[in-house]
Amino acid sequence: MGMKVGIPSEIAANELRVAATPKTVLRLIKQGFDVSIQSGAGVKANFSDEAFKEAGASIVSSAAEIYSNSAIVLKVQGPTFDEVDMMKEGLVLLSYLWPAQNPELLQKLANKKVNAVAMDAIPRISRAQKMDVLSSMANIAGYRAVIEAANHYGKFLNGQITAAGKVDPAKVLVIGAGVAGLASIGAANSLGAIVRAFDTRKEVAEQIESMGAKFLTVEIDEDGATASGYSKEMSAAFIEAEMKLFLEQAKDVDIIITTAQIPGREAPKLILDYHVAAMKPGSVIVDLAASTGGNCVLTKNGQIYTTDNGVTIIGKLDQLPNQASQLYGNNLCHLLDDMGKSENFKIDMEDDVVSRAMVTYNGNINWPPKPLQVSPTAGGGAKKVVAPTAEEIKIAEAEKAKKTAVSTLISLGVVGALLLFVGAFAPPAFIQHFTVFVLAVFVGWQVISNVSHALHTPLMAVTNAISGIIIVGGLLQTKNDINNIMTILASIAILVASINIVGGFVVTHRMLKMFKK
Amino acid sequence: MYIAKEIQTAAYLFASILFILSLSGLSSQESAKRGVLYGIVGMIVAIIATVMGKGVEGHVYIIAAIAIASVIGIMVARKVEMTAMPQLVAILHSFVGLAAVLVGFGSYLDPATQLLTGAEHTIHLVEVFAGIFIGAITFTGSIIAWGKLDGKVPSKPWSFKGLQLMNLILLVICIILGVLYNNAEGTSGMLYLGIMTAIASFIGVVLVMAIGGGDMPVVVSMLNSYSGWAASAAGFMLGNDLLIVTGALVGSSGAILSMHMCHAMNRSFFSVIFASGSGNGSGGEKKAIEGEVTALNHEEVANLLKEAKSVVIVPGYGMAVAKAQYPIYEMVENLRKDGKLVRFAIHPVAGRLPGHMNVLLAEANVPYDIVMEMDEINDDMPNTDVVMVIGANDVVNPSAQDDPASSIYGMPVIEAWKAEKVIIMKRSMSAGYSGEDNPLFYKPNSEMLYGDAKDSVNKILAFLKA
Repeated sequence: MGMKVGIPSEIAANELRVAATPKTVLRLIKQGFDVSIQSGAGVKANFSDEAFKEAGASIVSSAAEIYSNSAIVLKVQGPTFDEVDMMKEGLVLLSYLWPAQNPELLQKLANKKVNAVAMDAIPRISRAQKMDVLSSMANIAGYRAVIEAANHYGKFLNGQITAAGKVDPAKVLVIGAGVAGLASIGAANSLGAIVRAFDTRKEVAEQIESMGAKFLTVEIDEDGATASGYSKEMSAAFIEAEMKLFLEQAKDVDIIITTAQIPGREAPKLILDYHVAAMKPGSVIVDLAASTGGNCVLTKNGQIYTTDNGVTIIGKLDQLPNQASQLYGNNLCHLLDDMGKSENFKIDMEDDVVSRAMVTYNGNINWPPKPLQVSPTAGGGAKKVVAPTAEEIKIAEAEKAKKTAVSTLISLGVVGALLLFVGAFAPPAFIQHFTVFVLAVFVGWQVISNVSHALHTPLMAVTNAISGIIIVGGLLQTKNDINNIMTILASIAILVASINIVGGFVVTHRMLKMFKK
Repeated sequence: MYIAKEIQTAAYLFASILFILSLSGLSSQESAKRGVLYGIVGMIVAIIATVMGKGVEGHVYIIAAIAIASVIGIMVARKVEMTAMPQLVAILHSFVGLAAVLVGFGSYLDPATQLLTGAEHTIHLVEVFAGIFIGAITFTGSIIAWGKLDGKVPSKPWSFKGLQLMNLILLVICIILGVLYNNAEGTSGMLYLGIMTAIASFIGVVLVMAIGGGDMPVVVSMLNSYSGWAASAAGFMLGNDLLIVTGALVGSSGAILSMHMCHAMNRSFFSVIFASGSGNGSGGEKKAIEGEVTALNHEEVANLLKEAKSVVIVPGYGMAVAKAQYPIYEMVENLRKDGKLVRFAIHPVAGRLPGHMNVLLAEANVPYDIVMEMDEINDDMPNTDVVMVIGANDVVNPSAQDDPASSIYGMPVIEAWKAEKVIIMKRSMSAGYSGEDNPLFYKPNSEMLYGDAKDSVNKILAFLKA
């Protein structure tokens, strides 16, 4: 018998997702869990009870049964207080919790001794990407934002020249190039729109361009990257320049998609009333931060409406519940996989991922966690939540440089002493050859270091042909006298080395002819 | 007619530059062909500059030898099957080793070197000795590697307890012989040199015999490296910078390749070379394998593929043996036409030679943007509907991750078992090159399809088209 995993229905009326799908149930069972799901839990996401049953889950009629029989409960939305009351001590809960905004809920969970994992608190490190629900959900939101915008925008997104006349492509501005922003860029780009994107973090420029958008920036040199991977708030001068940029863009673009969010705080106001006023009638704004106050001052959370000057502002998005449930369910499966599956299930507070996301453990509140470095360019060791100051970074870098310098100095010293030793005893001709030899070894090393796997065989065949250079040895030794033993040895050497050279080059050429894109 | 020493040196420098460009050209697909051209030009420049040099005699013999060799070389290289590539490369390495030995003996017998005195003479003798030693090991080692790859020598590691000790003793004997030879007058050290060559040849045989078939890619690239060092040693004894430079280039690039390979197998370089052989298995009880092996027929496999949206093909040496790459490509095209996502997952050590699979797939016109490396595709495995393992075994063995007693424990593998369904095409239930049993075959989501890979793919293709 495996551990019991239970999935209750979501209570919130506007929540269409479910924490498991028939596919993820199959995976959970493969991981060794016994899965039971509340009847009707998947209906809003188009998953029927039958489908769950077929996948191997047992269908249970009430949520109370789920909470009392399961060791692990999977949910999408954080539990209500009523739901927490149904939970038993030691239960492991996996769901969204927004721990920074919900201190009372955490307290209540801790009092109940529920071990709650906040899926939204999974640290954004490479290893945890497969469990990062924020990323997987943001991806959906970003895609959906473009579809929604296209729906409300009265024209084509792509440019066309037709018999009936020319159509200009739509211009899309994406603000914030996180996962959602990048997904929007990709979707808008593939629909044929001209896409521009803005982000305060300079490091994402490359990602923006790779998705097919133009990176917009302001003249002021200030980087918004922080150690947490989110952006920080910027200086007044920067914001002023930013507002000016947005005004220019607002006059020009047809669709604005905003995705800027700061964890645990109200979304920054980026699109102000005069920006909206500057937009052309028929333009669309999609505000993905609507639930945390909106990036646009005129956004109404949960509503789609048109302003007096004809700009449609979208403050609610369809969740694509079927797709979203699948991805969310996969994220949960990955986390359970990481925690040891059914057989070796273990809450490992030494683990970077688990210890950060486990917001209540054994009756204690474990929030906020220690910060973790994830941003690829931010330097220095972060001890506080705020990013280290420039000075701290400088000191750390200087110390590191000092250490490297010392160890380099020592190894150079050793090498130098060895060379001195050789120099003291060897004749000059040898030293000269030795110099050449060592340099050539270095060159060979450098040249080959970044060869791709696919080319290993041709590379080997070519180096093989080149090593036939040994032929030179034979060439230097042949004499005019065929009876001389040296001539015989040398001729054989020339023969075999030449086979090597010719065979090696021909076969490499044959191989390379076959590689094509 | 001959050219001045300075011009010869300049030509050598030019040739060295061309060789470096050749190697660096080989690091990307786009520049690879140009790289080969540089290599050929460099070689021609080097040979002409040497032959035109002062003091070179016996042009008739030189031209005759090169002409005969060119015919043989072209014939062999044209005729060889792509699947037999590893064997060809191995046997070509042995030629370099042989040439190095011959050049070494020639240099020892050369009356000109007898005139050297003092430190210079000693250094020359040491160079000759070392050159012949490396050359002989490369020669016999490559022959054994060729035999193993060609199936003429059993691929199982042949080893016994005192192997390392024996090698060590042989090495000490060689050093003693070296001292005796060093003190001998004139060419009377010939006997010692001969015995040393015999011992070195023996070491070459034993070294490679002790290495299992699974480690063959490392051995081949290591021998490649040795052949370079042998050429370099010849350069030292002849006082020829071109030989030194080129040998060092080949030697160090071969060494890098070997290290890449070892890294891909999670083995330390020394444990491969010195043939402690059995890898990282910490001993202890092996995990018992649970479950049953179930098999499908071709039609059922074709139906699975029809329903799948995402398919990953993991080819291995079995595909090379069956020459199945052409029908596989046809099958892939067929599936791709239906809008399915089909990709290849290549383990860094799949096949018997680094990059072996890429070469075979390229031969069959598979575009290289659907050929993925292991790391690129492993994360996608859980979202894959069908994985077809064609003639691969150890590279998809889950023991590498979950059974510390396994000899391949710790080696990164393609996580085929995470896919919805795994189809393993195999001739029989025999173990892979490493000799390890594969629990993947026993998993509930894996199915066997027995038979020759090429026949099987053709039959599946027929059902897909039907």
